[in-house]
Amino acid sequence: MSDLFASSAFFGLLLSAGSFELARAVNRRMGREVCSPLLFATLLCCAVLLLSGTDYEIYYESGGKMLEYLLTPATICLAIPLYRQFALMRKHAGAVLAGCLAGVAAHMAGCAAMLVLFRMEGPEYITLLPKSITTAIGKGLSQELGGYPAITMVTIMLTGLFGAVAAPALLRLFRITEPMAQGLAIGASSHAAGTSRAVELGDIQGAASSLAIVVTGLLTVAAAPLFAKLGG
Amino acid sequence: MRYLLQAVIIAAVTFAAEIIKYFVPLPVPASIYGLLLLFALLKSGILKLEQIEDVGNLLLELMPLLLVPASVSVLTALDTIQRMLLPVLVMGFLGTIAVMAVTGLLSQWMIRRKGEKSHE
Repeated sequence: MSDLFASSAFFGLLLSAGSFELARAVNRRMGREVCSPLLFATLLCCAVLLLSGTDYEIYYESGGKMLEYLLTPATICLAIPLYRQFALMRKHAGAVLAGCLAGVAAHMAGCAAMLVLFRMEGPEYITLLPKSITTAIGKGLSQELGGYPAITMVTIMLTGLFGAVAAPALLRLFRITEPMAQGLAIGASSHAAGTSRAVELGDIQGAASSLAIVVTGLLTVAAAPLFAKLGG
Repeated sequence: MRYLLQAVIIAAVTFAAEIIKYFVPLPVPASIYGLLLLFALLKSGILKLEQIEDVGNLLLELMPLLLVPASVSVLTALDTIQRMLLPVLVMGFLGTIAVMAVTGLLSQWMIRRKGEKSHE
């Protein structure tokens, strides 16, 4: 079967987009998001490749690379939500910047603790640095710094899923009730996956969360090269 | 054909970002230069939101799908992830809780302090 897949130029594209759409169809049917399409598509693609004994290369050449090709322009378009929410950012500029900066600092301190605690190797430690930020920026950053982009992706997804599920309970636990602060907390800690949950809490939460994604992403890009030196 | 024009504009910004990346020797992905460049173009009014909005929103909506190949590539790194499973799990859970608490509490404190000041 692997030979058959290898002869196709569309196998990887169909497998990725098909499994992604399948997850979306399930969510539509249930009336809410019961499974993350990215996670579901990843698991299904991995399962198909493993069970049919098909190499990742075959999948990548027959569609994977086409999807990845669009990732840079798509990430650039994050400027659109940033532009739309600039008024909100301006009004609370201090809180947005200080909150996101403190979040990034806490995250970097956590990574440094992992480096010492588990005696991690340089590339493994670097892999963790982009963990809290949106996958599109995180993947590129991991690559630039010399980490393992694939593992960074897995860590980011784990973070997002956990954040999306646990955010309401955690916000209650820490008594974070200000809508703007709730949104920033979710966006800074669990990026787009968390934001999908923030949108359910309210409009301000949703806007603040997507704002925090971009601000945290940019701050992490600036801070990560410095912290990467610790692992070198 | 308005979609084609929008796609051309976004491709041009992407190309400009790659040129910046080529000349600036920093470990920053080209997409970040492009993000800042596009934001500057919108903010300065050189580009209008309508000139890129349809294709831009389409790309943003597609983003999770565009990330599928990169996360499937975990298949090529299975031995490495076994080695670092514990730190990944600790950061995934405890790290996320810590960041959420720190960001939320600090920004809440700052917003409330500002609110009290404006009430006085």
